[in-house]
Order: sequence, then structure tokens, then C-alpha cells
Amino acid sequence: MKVIEKTGKTIDEAVELALKDLGVSREEVEIRIINEPTRGFLGFLGGKQARVEVALKDGPAQKAGNLLKSIFKSMQLQVGMNIKEKDHEMLINLEGNELGILIGRRGETLDALQYLVNLAVNKNTETRKKIIIDVEGYRKRREETLQKLALKLADKAKQRGRNVVLEPMSSQERRIIHTVLQGRDDIHTFSEGEEPCRKIIISPKK
Amino acid sequence: MKELVEILAKALVDQPEKVMVDLVEKDKSTVIELRVAPEDMGKVIGKQGRIAKAIRMVVKAAATRQNKKVMVEIV
Repeated sequence: MKVIEKTGKTIDEAVELALKDLGVSREEVEIRIINEPTRGFLGFLGGKQARVEVALKDGPAQKAGNLLKSIFKSMQLQVGMNIKEKDHEMLINLEGNELGILIGRRGETLDALQYLVNLAVNKNTETRKKIIIDVEGYRKRREETLQKLALKLADKAKQRGRNVVLEPMSSQERRIIHTVLQGRDDIHTFSEGEEPCRKIIISPKK
Repeated sequence: MKELVEILAKALVDQPEKVMVDLVEKDKSTVIELRVAPEDMGKVIGKQGRIAKAIRMVVKAAATRQNKKVMVEIV
């Protein structure tokens, strides 16, 4: 953690100087006051300046990276991490041997891990950052599989003139299917049931 | 395994110093008991146990690797 000390006539002034040096805003730091300013005798004799210590807080990428590192260490897994930060999103791609256990059945474990990391990193922060964790492109491959499945089942619904009910899926996965079928005018899609058993129904238009 | 529960719980709660994790060995399985400050209970359980479920899922994955059966209980 980067820490600097500054002095100024007032606490505000000292903090401002430190922020300027670090090139960050007030939300990104922790401030500790070392000395309150005191007015000396007659306003100039023996007066003390304000002294503050300003420490740069860990950003979301560091927080997520550190948390994942300690998780993998305790699981005795060797994992390579690649973090890409965007405005409101962060993509973390994991690489390594035996990472199948991190994905789990239909990505269940990966979703659980992603959910926990999201909660931990966004705890007590005002601006939420959506974190997406992927293992060696698993999510991309799953997306393609779901898109193919959606198109196939849409044709089936149309042919048979009956509703086709898909198996329960997470909101992320449901969104993929809704999106790929959005443009079709022969069928429409909607979801039914309560989380975590919410499922998509593809219905032919009459 | 105990360490993993501790890391996850400490990352989620507001009072990490009050997180306590105990390992209880039973006949066929290992039970990990997690204790947190009363105000933090919601942070490890979640709406309809969603967070607790996610913790169990990740711990289960770690346990499978070591061929163990592990249960996480929040007490």
C-alpha cells in the first residue's frame, strides 16, 4: 500500500496536497491525522501545522486478485490469473491444470466463486463493479453451446406448435438465450418459476 | 479446508476479527463450524441462504479434490 505524509495549515489543505501528489480522489484513500493544527501564541508563535498520513486503498482489481490468490492457495491449486478492468466491469480469466473442479457441473462452482468474489470486492463500496470470472474461456464456449441449443429448440417449438421448456438456468445463461432469440418473429421467449429453478419457455407465435 | 472457509468468511463480513472456524471430525465426514458476529450472520447466509450455498459449493469443490466429504455449518 502506498502511503505519504503531508503537512499544511489545515487538515484539508494537507489532504489536498497529498491527493494531488497521488493523483487520486478522496474516495480512493484512507486518511489518518497525525497532528491537528494548533494556533500558537498570538497566532504565530509556536503554532503547529496539520500533519496527515494518506494511504492509497486497494482498488477492486487488487482486492479481487488477492482474495482469489489466497483462495487458490488454500485449495492447493496452481492458477494463473489475468485481470482486465473496464469501467463497470472486471474480467478475470483463470488458467492452469485441473481447473475442472473450479467449473463444476454446468459452471455451478464457478458461479458460486464469482458470486462470493463480487460480494467481497463490492462490500462497503459505493460504485459496484461487476466481476466476471472465467476459466480458460469456459463461459465463451458455454455461450456458444447455449446459442446453438436455443436455435434448435426454437425450430422445434415452431414445428410442433407447442411450448418448449428448457432446464433451469442462471440469469446470465437465460439472458444469452433470450438475446439470441430476440429477433425472431415466429416464436417468443419468457421465463417462469422462482430462482434458482427459473427456466425459459420458448413459445410459438400463432 | 478450514483455512478456505476462514478466508471466504473474513472477506464477506464487516468484523473479520470475530470469525471463528472449527473443525469437527465425525465418523464419515468432516464438519466445519463457522461462527461470525451476530450482526454479520446475514453476510454469510444471504437471502434464502444464497451466500451459504455458494460457500458450501466452493468448499465442496476443494474437498472433492482431496477425496473428502466436508460439511459447512453456520452456528
